[in-house]
Amino acid sequence: MLESLEFIVRILPVLFQGLLITIQLTLGGIFLAIVMSFAAGLGKLSKFFPLRWLCIAYIEVFRGTSALVQLFWFYYVLPFLGMDITAFQAGVIVLGLNAGSYGAEVVRGAIQSVPKGQYEAAIALNFTPLQRLWRIIIPQAVVSMIPPMGTIFIELLKNTALAALVTLGELTFVARQIRDDTLRTTEVFGTILIIYFAVALCITAVMRTGEWWFSRGLDRGGIR
Amino acid sequence: MEWQWDWALVGHILPELARAFRVTIAATVFGFSLALVGGLLLTILRRSRWKIISWPAHFTVEFIRSTPLLVQLFFIYFVLPIQLPDFGGMFTSAFVTGVLALGLHYSSYTSEVYRAGIDGVPKGQWEAAAALNMSRGRTWTSVVLPQAIPPVLPALGNYLIAMFKDTPLLYAISVAEVLTAAYQIGSQRFQYVEAFTIVGALFLIVSLISAWLIRRMERWTALPAQ
Repeated sequence: MLESLEFIVRILPVLFQGLLITIQLTLGGIFLAIVMSFAAGLGKLSKFFPLRWLCIAYIEVFRGTSALVQLFWFYYVLPFLGMDITAFQAGVIVLGLNAGSYGAEVVRGAIQSVPKGQYEAAIALNFTPLQRLWRIIIPQAVVSMIPPMGTIFIELLKNTALAALVTLGELTFVARQIRDDTLRTTEVFGTILIIYFAVALCITAVMRTGEWWFSRGLDRGGIR
Repeated sequence: MEWQWDWALVGHILPELARAFRVTIAATVFGFSLALVGGLLLTILRRSRWKIISWPAHFTVEFIRSTPLLVQLFFIYFVLPIQLPDFGGMFTSAFVTGVLALGLHYSSYTSEVYRAGIDGVPKGQWEAAAALNMSRGRTWTSVVLPQAIPPVLPALGNYLIAMFKDTPLLYAISVAEVLTAAYQIGSQRFQYVEAFTIVGALFLIVSLISAWLIRRMERWTALPAQ
């Protein structure tokens, strides 16, 4: 037992190197996922049908295929089509596009759940369509987006492990190498499972704070 | 390098990929059967009156849900053969360990679904069962579950699709499923484009059809609501 603990302490610095890449992947993926969620979620509500169809196609394709298949496609197929891409770039793009396709439905649902009177009031007050969206609708919709988005971000964190399969040296990849060198599976994989769990708890905590922050001043009846 | 889509190659590799796709389907079916049973077990443990049972069950669900399936897969694949007695080489089979990992991971999701379903059964139903002097087991099997499960069938269906999309992870422990087959075809002939695109299309077709079926089921299960 004590010997196991010593072993874990010894491998922690190496695992930390992998964790840094995992965190970079997660943050990059989350950033792209937020951009894509809003772009596709708002696009799906557009009255301009080519844009609407484009967004629907994006959402259905990325939700309907497997994240790992998407990663392999980007990493192995794109070079044939003349686009050279590193494992890290493929990871961030696939994680972001994949989570974005789920997030788009969250954004669309949250925007549609804002009471109609809010739109009418914004029109009555002569807001431009952009002001209406940015100053009236989105600030109210964000509060109900945050909990489901937190779930999506944790799924994204879990999916970063897939990048190990396209040889990116993130946490799972590093752990796999240590295991192959030492054959001490239980300690190595047990440790990184706990690390992933801790990172997931951090994401949950950030999202809770975000929910509190965005819901300040929204406690007037009937909005949430 | 000028690259062109090769239809002859598609015709050539399609039967091979279709064969491997059967392994994907088998893993999904076995894995999800396991998840349906495992999730129910976890839910019942979580509803236990004793905190010493309910709390560990709750933590297990949270832990499994928040950690990557791939790492759990590696963990089970490498640890089980060392830690458990070898039931005739059962745990050295990559397919069996893969199905176990999928089943375990998705048990945590189905457990949440069942919980929602059970919470949706009105309290009066429990009280009525108690008034009729039904045993605890009888209350579950003939009163609570028959009312709790149908409304959550669409949610379970969504997790079935999600698990289906996670089966390519079995590539990591070299189960001969469809992504493994595509990767082998790709690396042997250096023809990745066709192989991976076909795999993507297969997943897309099956997911879209299943999603459509679930939407129909949603309408059907929504009808007898209280």
